[in-house]
Amino acid sequence: MTGPVTDPAFVALLEDSAEELYENAPCGYLSTMMDGTIAKINATLLGWLGLEREAVVGRMRFSDLLTVGGRLYHETHFAPLLRMQGTINGIALELRAAGGERMPVLASSALRYGEAGEPLLVRTTVFDARERRAYEEELLRARRDAEESARHAIADRARLQDALAVLQRSLLPDSLPGVPGMESAAYYHAASPDQLGGDFYDVFGIDGKRWAFFLGDVCGKGPQAAALTSLTRYTLRAAALHDPDPLSALATLNTALLERYTHDDPRYCTAVFGVLEPDPDAGVVTVHLAAGGHPPALVARADGTCDCLPTPGGMLVGLLPEPRFTAATTVLGPGDSLVLYTDGITEARTGSDRTTLYGDEALRTFVARRAGASPRSLVEAMTGLLRSFGAGLDDDTALLVLGATAK
Amino acid sequence: MDVLRRNHVTVTGNPAGRTVVLAHGFGCDQNMWRLTLPALTASYRVVLFDYVGCGRSELSAFDEERYSTLDGYARDVTEVCEALDLRDAVFVGHSVSAMVGVLAARLAPERIGALIMVAPSPRYIDDEGYRGGFSADDIDELLVSLESNYLGWSATMAPAIMGNPDRPELGKELTNSFCATDPAMARVFARTTFLSDSRDDLKSVSVPTLVLECTNDVIAPREVGAFVHACIPGSTLVTLDATGHCPHLSAPEATNEAIVAFLEQPR
Repeated sequence: MTGPVTDPAFVALLEDSAEELYENAPCGYLSTMMDGTIAKINATLLGWLGLEREAVVGRMRFSDLLTVGGRLYHETHFAPLLRMQGTINGIALELRAAGGERMPVLASSALRYGEAGEPLLVRTTVFDARERRAYEEELLRARRDAEESARHAIADRARLQDALAVLQRSLLPDSLPGVPGMESAAYYHAASPDQLGGDFYDVFGIDGKRWAFFLGDVCGKGPQAAALTSLTRYTLRAAALHDPDPLSALATLNTALLERYTHDDPRYCTAVFGVLEPDPDAGVVTVHLAAGGHPPALVARADGTCDCLPTPGGMLVGLLPEPRFTAATTVLGPGDSLVLYTDGITEARTGSDRTTLYGDEALRTFVARRAGASPRSLVEAMTGLLRSFGAGLDDDTALLVLGATAK
Repeated sequence: MDVLRRNHVTVTGNPAGRTVVLAHGFGCDQNMWRLTLPALTASYRVVLFDYVGCGRSELSAFDEERYSTLDGYARDVTEVCEALDLRDAVFVGHSVSAMVGVLAARLAPERIGALIMVAPSPRYIDDEGYRGGFSADDIDELLVSLESNYLGWSATMAPAIMGNPDRPELGKELTNSFCATDPAMARVFARTTFLSDSRDDLKSVSVPTLVLECTNDVIAPREVGAFVHACIPGSTLVTLDATGHCPHLSAPEATNEAIVAFLEQPR
């Protein structure tokens, strides 16, 4: 009967010579003395190298079989590691064959120790890695390409962030104007350097006796929100000069936003707009303000109390043709401050699982504890509060504190 | 910047003894001195460190421009010396570090009082009238070799270390040091090492110097050892019966003997 040999016992007889297996194994075998001199080498490896046994054994060192670059690598990495660890596995090297051609291999070595634990010789196996190396080169190329792309992306991102920071600053006042008998301070927190924020504020003079201020939050983020912020800011400034009545200013803004943005793409904002009338002789400042869809301002008194200045029922600005906004008036005595903020601070997520919102009442209590402090101290304290939220603060936040100078 | 942390500085040995600074070469870190340490710690205060970009140094401190010249590495040495306020220390540099020591001794002469150069080479590439042992192409080939082992480096080391149960302490340090070596930083160090030419700097050495060479070192052949010895006035040359570029690992007894004999010489 002819056909494939299937009897395991018969196959075992075919493979009965360890010597034959050593010589013709599908990998190279090599034993060297501790100085690298080759003591034993199998036929497979000699075949790959195109060398005769007599030319190699006792005459060449392992590193002589390598390309020069491989030899450097062997001396600086392979050999020291082998000495220190006793074994080293799967290092990529290149053999240099007699004809000059190179053959990529993966080499593993292990030390054989004597009875006293002294290293006696190095056993090395060498695997043909031609195909694997070609594949690895593909991977390396892909990795280099990916690294290059990542470098470009990082540079692009830095450029974008620089541009955004400039643009963001252009949407905010460089500094707040001096108002007689008043101090003011502001802070802006941008949630992300990659995106333009949608919060805004400003303080500016109207006629030498009155100053206008506003603070708000446009819907959305990014370039569209920035365009909306810009329109809002300049409309409110122009409106205040035309008619500083807070309700009129918000109504003008409402009209401008409705005209500019269509039904398909409604764009709106929350805003508080007000006018300051300082009376330096009396040391007091009268504040008339109106709000649309915005959290109520806080009034921190020099006596240590803090209350909301309610503006209930004010609607979002720019959403409806006939909106309703709510006006309120207060008088700041010496050391009193008006605290304006956007909802980034009250909607910061707190608690160990970051599911609780910080909240209006917590903010009021926080400010009450510092009531009587200067606007600058208040803004610094609130900035510290924002920082304490860490990752729980994920929205832009604007803070503006306007105070009558303490006596 | 805390230099001692940046360079992962280890101080050991006899606090009352003269300070010996052991500096590793390319491809290694301070672990390479493990077989040297036992010969020194009884009588000498020994300082070990990793160059920035190697071993357990702070990789964030790596600056490609600084470490593209040997001076950058020499500043690591002088900064470590300053941080420890060393005076008259013995600097032992392996391979490229031997030349780094020459530069450091010039930058901070009050701090480095003697040099031991283990398998030094001031220039690896052949030049007219000088045989360094390599051509520029050979160095490019080394960079390719580095890259070929770039993908699997950490994965390669892990099993090698696992297979070493009787000496687990070796494995732990090696995983931390060799695997942490950023391939891009290793590449900069390789280029700086093998493309440097410090032959003119040898003349500036004015401290007692020991040159240790191996009988068979493919990276620093014997004529290079002779060249270094000839260029440094009054230097001592000792040829170790050792193969390879790391006699402190392959022939630790002979290496230690030569180092200690030099250290014990009356000053």
